[in-house]
Amino acid sequence: MLLKRLYESDRGGMILLAALLLAAIVVPLLNLAVPESSPFHLSTYTVTLLGKYLCFALLALALDLIWGYCGILSLGHGAFFALGGYAMGMYLMRQIGERGVYGHPVLPDFMVFLNWQELPWYWHGFDMFWFAVLMVVLVPGLLAFVFGWLAFRSRVTGVYLSIITQALTFALMLAFFRNEMGFGGNNGLTDFKDILGFSLQADGTRVGLFLASAIMLALAYLACRFIVNSRLGRVVVAIRDAEDRTRFVGYKVERFKLWLFVFSAVLAGIAGALYVPQVGIINPSEFSPLNSIELVIWVAIGGRGTLYGAALGAILVNYAKTYFTAALPELWLFALGALFVLVTIFLPRGLVGLVQGRRKPDRPPPRDETPSGETPATTGGPGA
Amino acid sequence: MKTLDRLREHLRRDRVFDFMLPKVVFSPALDTRHGPILYLEGVTVSFDGFKALNELTLYIDDGELRCIIGPNGAGKTTMMDVITGKTRPDSGSVYFGQRIDLLRLSETEIAQGGIGRKFQKPTVFEQHTVFENLELSLAGPKGVWHTLFARLTPAQRERIDEVLEIIGLTAQRHRPAGVLSHGQKQWLEIGMLLMQSPRLLLVDEPVAGMTAQETERTAELLTSLAGRHSVVVVEHDMEFVRTIARKVTVLHEGRVLAEGSMDEVQNDPRVIEVYLGE
Repeated sequence: MLLKRLYESDRGGMILLAALLLAAIVVPLLNLAVPESSPFHLSTYTVTLLGKYLCFALLALALDLIWGYCGILSLGHGAFFALGGYAMGMYLMRQIGERGVYGHPVLPDFMVFLNWQELPWYWHGFDMFWFAVLMVVLVPGLLAFVFGWLAFRSRVTGVYLSIITQALTFALMLAFFRNEMGFGGNNGLTDFKDILGFSLQADGTRVGLFLASAIMLALAYLACRFIVNSRLGRVVVAIRDAEDRTRFVGYKVERFKLWLFVFSAVLAGIAGALYVPQVGIINPSEFSPLNSIELVIWVAIGGRGTLYGAALGAILVNYAKTYFTAALPELWLFALGALFVLVTIFLPRGLVGLVQGRRKPDRPPPRDETPSGETPATTGGPGA
Repeated sequence: MKTLDRLREHLRRDRVFDFMLPKVVFSPALDTRHGPILYLEGVTVSFDGFKALNELTLYIDDGELRCIIGPNGAGKTTMMDVITGKTRPDSGSVYFGQRIDLLRLSETEIAQGGIGRKFQKPTVFEQHTVFENLELSLAGPKGVWHTLFARLTPAQRERIDEVLEIIGLTAQRHRPAGVLSHGQKQWLEIGMLLMQSPRLLLVDEPVAGMTAQETERTAELLTSLAGRHSVVVVEHDMEFVRTIARKVTVLHEGRVLAEGSMDEVQNDPRVIEVYLGE
């Protein structure tokens, strides 16, 4: 009953979830159960690549929630992604222990190299997985809270907000480049060995990480769907369409924006945390403004304001990127730019809009009782 | 100069500091024992030296339908901005009922406290259906957490149906507000105000751009609302004002020029002078 209603109200989302479920069953099977000699075998490299796409899809979902539904165009969402990634990276660094090049029991290699004598205070606790997970959620969330509180309270909107989010991620990139920050500077954090005791090189761990990404994406999708289908979701869209009106109706617009922004940042942080163990490195280039802009392009191409469109866009564009950068490396940026321009001009609602054809944009079914059997009221005429 | 004024304001001996005052609580039993529901006294607002409101003093009675007219730049919209908390006056006081000082409240608090405002340009939530527009405007808790889990109660549905009936949009309830005609949007916006169960409705140019027929219906709608709500209408259209107004206030250069019935006002030589050619 519930599933049926959900299917009818959100076909695209259901397809996305079904595809995720299918991938979660097929990909591990093809990788672990099918022998390597078989043509059906899926290499571990591909599994990791797919896992990476899912992390990007999660990140795109986070951006779509605030951009598509609330009209907040964040050009710095890569910052939250990277912060989540760094938190996970710090845990992975601490797991290396004595196996580092310098063999120091506590200090990561780069600190030994810099002649540091002891662990900086903010590195404490990261040897525990639960603490790292807490930080993955807390650090991006807290930054988003402080940033959002200041920005929304001052009623910074539109392009000005986009610019300061861009400045935020740029500033963080410059900061993380510095060796004195204690995050490995230019090189970032890498050379990870294992996670929760499982070797990161093992096929089983890779598959596990892929599954974790798929499950997280599905859960995040359902959470976002729940939010946009609730009255909160309708308030948020109202803020996007007529902010002043929403305020005079009696909603504290700043709070709605703030909490949505924080939630979105947390999702981005989680995406980063799942991304880092799969690619095996996190460095300050993840903060680069270009990454955040690319993220916006994924969402625009997929179709914003649909959630599943953003996920689809992220996966497709990144697949194309993998293909192009291998086949025609010099053409990729042109292709991306052309794609963005074409989509903006011809498909304002993205690829999802193309599939939906001329149908109305995705919207929840009427909350009201069935429209049938309505009193055929006289056409207008108030106060009659 | 401005800092000096602020300092003076702080050092006034006839009142305590703001933070010592008891927290404002809107109660359903708004204190209107002395008649007026809204008191504006000596309100001055200046923008770069230009006085949009100049020592404006105005009282609105409980349940009254009041029309406010005046030439362009007379301060009509600024007055509404002051009442709804959008603009803070340089001096003067604004009270809702006997005890609620509106100058100490934010826009949201004022809206929640029972003053609804309709903008000059109809602003409804275009992507939402008519029904959802009214749902969002429901009176009641409007916190982030509450709205995440909010469900409509039967009583609330009934209330929405009732308002749909009043504004005559029952047949359009499932259509997106964006496709409504200009007049219907205006009515929807009035309906959204009604959902908040306001004590005072501020309506800015409700019939601008309406056809004659729509204007007539709007007039009926507004007159039917008076009594249960106090309604303040700002309007340019003299014909419209004549059909609905019992009492008219003429604003000019940020102050009240004349007040009375439409006939009295129209025969006032000062008003004639301002509205030369009218």
